[in-house]
Amino acid sequence: MVLNCRHVWDQISGYLDNTLDAATRADVEEHLAHCEICSAVLDSTRNILILTADDRVFELPLGYSERLHARLTQAILEGPPTDTTSSG
Amino acid sequence: MIAAILSGEHSLFHELIRPYERSVYLMALSMLKNEADAEDAAQEAFLKAYRNLARFRAEARFSTWLISIVLNEARGRLRRTQPALTDSLDDDREGDITPMQLTDWREIPSQAVEREEVCALIRRALLNLPLAYREVFILREIEERNVQETAETLGITAASVKMRLHRARLMLQKHLAPQLKSAVPAPRRRFQWF
Ligand SMILES: [Zn+2]
Repeated sequence: MVLNCRHVWDQISGYLDNTLDAATRADVEEHLAHCEICSAVLDSTRNILILTADDRVFELPLGYSERLHARLTQAILEGPPTDTTSSG
Repeated sequence: MIAAILSGEHSLFHELIRPYERSVYLMALSMLKNEADAEDAAQEAFLKAYRNLARFRAEARFSTWLISIVLNEARGRLRRTQPALTDSLDDDREGDITPMQLTDWREIPSQAVEREEVCALIRRALLNLPLAYREVFILREIEERNVQETAETLGITAASVKMRLHRARLMLQKHLAPQLKSAVPAPRRRFQWF
């Protein structure tokens, strides 16, 4: 089946996650081979996923871990884990 | 380890949660968009996890359980502060998102994130996704949960997870691709001054 660009955009996530069936994947690859626009859309989407997953994008606040464990120490001293508090 | 904590070695809880400190904070931040609120919500979630540890059922993954606690915590805060903004929580409307049709997309090396400018663009784009898409995107792309876990954590179907993730990716592409293109300088040509 010959796909147009819009069809290919619908399949981009499936293509990146490798969840397309073999026939659809072949159709998408056929289209990508000669469509510069869809190739660029695919590359840019893939690269954006790589960039967004980089740990350096979101940094933990300075001292976050220390403050967290200090508060936990206090809670642990106050009592054992129990089943009686609400909102779990 | 959980059994040991419940039977008296309470301070082992510190060790239990260490691997998840970042995930829980990031989930809170992605919901609340504010560092101070996110830290507060993360602390609260860990305290709730400690107090309710006996309720944790071993068939779930501990990380999934923790994430659902911080998600509830953050959603509760959002409802209190912005009751109108239970935005699009169940929004699975169809509708096409047209990606940005760049033809001269260059590879953006991952060293690009060393540039604060690029990081800020990415953060802003992620935090500006509609809530329903942001939750799915963070869990799938950043926390690397599978579709099923993501669906269970959010209480939605696997089909919704896939649809929201796809739309979130295209929204980010549409929004970020042109900005990143200009934020990352082209390789300098030699002798360009002459
Ligand atoms: Zn095309």
